[in-house]
Amino acid sequence: MRCAGTLRAFTLHIFIRLLAFLSLCLALPASSALAAPSVTQFNLANGLAVVVIPDHRTPVVTHMLWYRVGAADEVTGKSGIAHFLEHLMFKGTAKNPAGRFSQQLASIGGQENAFTSSDYTGYFQRTSREHLGTLMEFEADRMTGLVLTDDVVASERNVILEERNQRIDNEPSARLGEQVQAAQYLNHPYHRPTIGWRHEMETLDRVDALNFYRLYYQPDNAVLIVAGDVTPEEVKELAEKTYGKLERRPALGPRIRPKEPPQIVERRVTFADLRVTQPSLQRSYLVPSYTTAKENEAEALDLLAFILGGGSNSRLNRSLVMEKRLATTAGAWFQGTSLDDTRFGVYATAAAGASLERVESAIDAEIELVLDKGVTAEELERSKSRMIADYVYAQDNQSTLARQYGAALTTGSSVEAVLARPERLRAVTADQVRDAARRYLDKRRSVTGYLIREGAPREEKKS
Amino acid sequence: MSRLFTALVFALALAFAGTACAASKIEEIVSPGGIKAWLVRDNTVPLLSLDYAFTGGANADPADKPGLAHMVGALLDEGAGDLDSRTFQERMEEKAIQLGFTAARDQFRGSLRSLSANLGEAENLLRLALTAPRFDEEPVARIRDQLQAQVLRATTSPNDIASKRWWAEAFPDHPYGRPGHGTAESLALITVDDLKAYVRNTFARDTLTIGIVGDIDVEGAGRLIDRIFGALPAKANLTPVPDVAMHGLGERIVVNLDVPQTVISFGGPGLGRSDPDFFAAYLVNHIYGGGSMTSRLYHEVREKRGLAYGVRTSLVWMDHANITSGGTATRADKAGETLAIIEEETRRMAAEGPTQEELDKAKAYLKGSYALSFDTSSKIAGQLVQIQLDKLGIDYPERRGAMLDAVTLADARRVAKRLLDTKLLTLVVGRAQGPSKTN
Repeated sequence: MRCAGTLRAFTLHIFIRLLAFLSLCLALPASSALAAPSVTQFNLANGLAVVVIPDHRTPVVTHMLWYRVGAADEVTGKSGIAHFLEHLMFKGTAKNPAGRFSQQLASIGGQENAFTSSDYTGYFQRTSREHLGTLMEFEADRMTGLVLTDDVVASERNVILEERNQRIDNEPSARLGEQVQAAQYLNHPYHRPTIGWRHEMETLDRVDALNFYRLYYQPDNAVLIVAGDVTPEEVKELAEKTYGKLERRPALGPRIRPKEPPQIVERRVTFADLRVTQPSLQRSYLVPSYTTAKENEAEALDLLAFILGGGSNSRLNRSLVMEKRLATTAGAWFQGTSLDDTRFGVYATAAAGASLERVESAIDAEIELVLDKGVTAEELERSKSRMIADYVYAQDNQSTLARQYGAALTTGSSVEAVLARPERLRAVTADQVRDAARRYLDKRRSVTGYLIREGAPREEKKS
Repeated sequence: MSRLFTALVFALALAFAGTACAASKIEEIVSPGGIKAWLVRDNTVPLLSLDYAFTGGANADPADKPGLAHMVGALLDEGAGDLDSRTFQERMEEKAIQLGFTAARDQFRGSLRSLSANLGEAENLLRLALTAPRFDEEPVARIRDQLQAQVLRATTSPNDIASKRWWAEAFPDHPYGRPGHGTAESLALITVDDLKAYVRNTFARDTLTIGIVGDIDVEGAGRLIDRIFGALPAKANLTPVPDVAMHGLGERIVVNLDVPQTVISFGGPGLGRSDPDFFAAYLVNHIYGGGSMTSRLYHEVREKRGLAYGVRTSLVWMDHANITSGGTATRADKAGETLAIIEEETRRMAAEGPTQEELDKAKAYLKGSYALSFDTSSKIAGQLVQIQLDKLGIDYPERRGAMLDAVTLADARRVAKRLLDTKLLTLVVGRAQGPSKTN
């Protein structure tokens, strides 16, 4: 049991930096209470990267192990294997048979889950702080000790097919989204849905899973993030005793995926479904990510997405929803955290009586306005304040922080880059936002998807 | 206003299995204006989270105008005092102030999050939203369109159809059976006078519950709540809502909808938060279907047979009724098999109850995981409000472990029977080849 005597004096290093900027933009007084240990990172001898984010407010800890592998690393024809393996990682090892990790975790009041994206796969547990060593023992064991049987694999395959049903096939807008994404990437594997195409998921087997596992699950392809009531020293000691015992394996090469050719043709897709009650549209553009962008283009795109469609005050909402009443929702987004070139999106749902063509013209007009006249100093400042404040709000949630750093380190970014982001956002000029818009919001780089109704009644019976 | 300022400090560590950090103590404060709140002071992060609730919620909607409280919630940040919608939204964004409003069944709930430095503007905006909302023509029309679009969309969503119909069947002729988000027709009927009447009748100091977490002292917190809530009427004017027992047990209703995956909602009676058997029921439910990756239903439906991605049950305690509610989703041709397993596990738990080992594990989990509900300011503020609404006492976090430990195997078996020896009300939404009649 440990109770930090210095609770009040403690905060993250990030805070100091954030407060420095906030005091510029929001007239925040810098607090004197901020004596600051920083986010700490180090590597174990076997190549495992470790990041420690202390948060001593509550005696709990978030333990996350991230692998630098995701759906975009799959072999053609095996879509969904990264995510399927994520499920199968809960099926036991030679040392800890199926269920033991989960049961042990439940018995100490721990919570667990896992997630897969195009670029990474992560496993996490949250418990009270004294169990950190146990978590590490189990997680290190399943990095190399996974045991699978055909029966277990067959049953879990049904689970991922139901997951696909639940997330995608039961949801018309998700089905359209899958098509838009597939059409966006002509050559890069980001065209693949993370959960997989159904016809390929149905064929995935034990050998596929183990081949993928043996290739990618190794210490120097993983990142350990520990956030919570811990010190870097104790994390290091526990990690050495557990993960540190794993053998270093020959290094995987750099993660080089097929590149997109120049995108020279605007693409359009339309999906009709019986269950659509209001037509909607979604469009995405191929744009650089925080990892691939030159200079501060990614920060400029982040601000552009916010100004164009990040909330009630955004241009799309004010124009389409509030003034013209053409849409019931309208917005924009930028998926900045990505190893390779990523997407910038706009979307809207048509108001009753408005055609998607009119909605699209109104979106185009707003984009044209930014390309032509740029953004105002006032909206740029407001957006910066809001986005930088979000970094402060994130400090209130150790899981959010852990995810921020885990995602950065598995998409070719770094702790330093995350720490510098508020500063870099602050430095973006209105001209840079306009220039990023001019360069990337080019329809030839885009896919526009229409979701329309294919009407039919439904019937009902009572038994 | 009284000049008296009281702060009853209970200096309670939130009791986390053997760990006690002095930072997490709950204090009951009473403001100079006489408004009570629970406070956890924490200056680690320069933020403030404030959660509050008024009795009322969707229950207070007139019978012919369901969706009124929900619509009020969607409009409170769309203009108040001398700030029109646009100006109000700009102020929030400039200062990164987050205001949330939700119409739950029994309460209207709200939250405020602000950087400490912007607290002055935050309290000002929230005070205006609660005491002087404008309900101007433009935002009312716009928000009405949005809400109507959402309820229309829900009419083809299997989850929404299942849930809405389940509640309608379980609670006919009672506010719980009415759709909290309204219908396209009911939303069309709601007038600005209705919106204003809801605010006038519901937002009052006598039904107000507050939880505050953040970088603020007792005096500051007292001033804060006086400024935000002090101008509200002293007493709410609520139409009494009768207590009710759920209907429809033993019924299985099938709604045909052409979707690849069939959605199943099921449930039966529950038991109240103040019931002496509550903790036994809480443990039994955890073992039956509440434990997200450990329950019997999870094991039988997902782990053993791969029938679903998830299956879950929960105890739902409300002011006027209690239920046990569950749900899952499976492919159309497996809906019958899945339902049969759920019914068999329900019968088995009612007949045999849990084993000693299951009970011990459930206790260990529910005790050990409690701390995870207290690791962000927002979560703590939410807990402070919920513990007050449930009338559990300021020392509840300390006593909770012992209350779980006190449940014996005999208690659990008796309460398993009390809770689950029942037929279920079941809604099945999916393709017609679904389950045959079995009830």
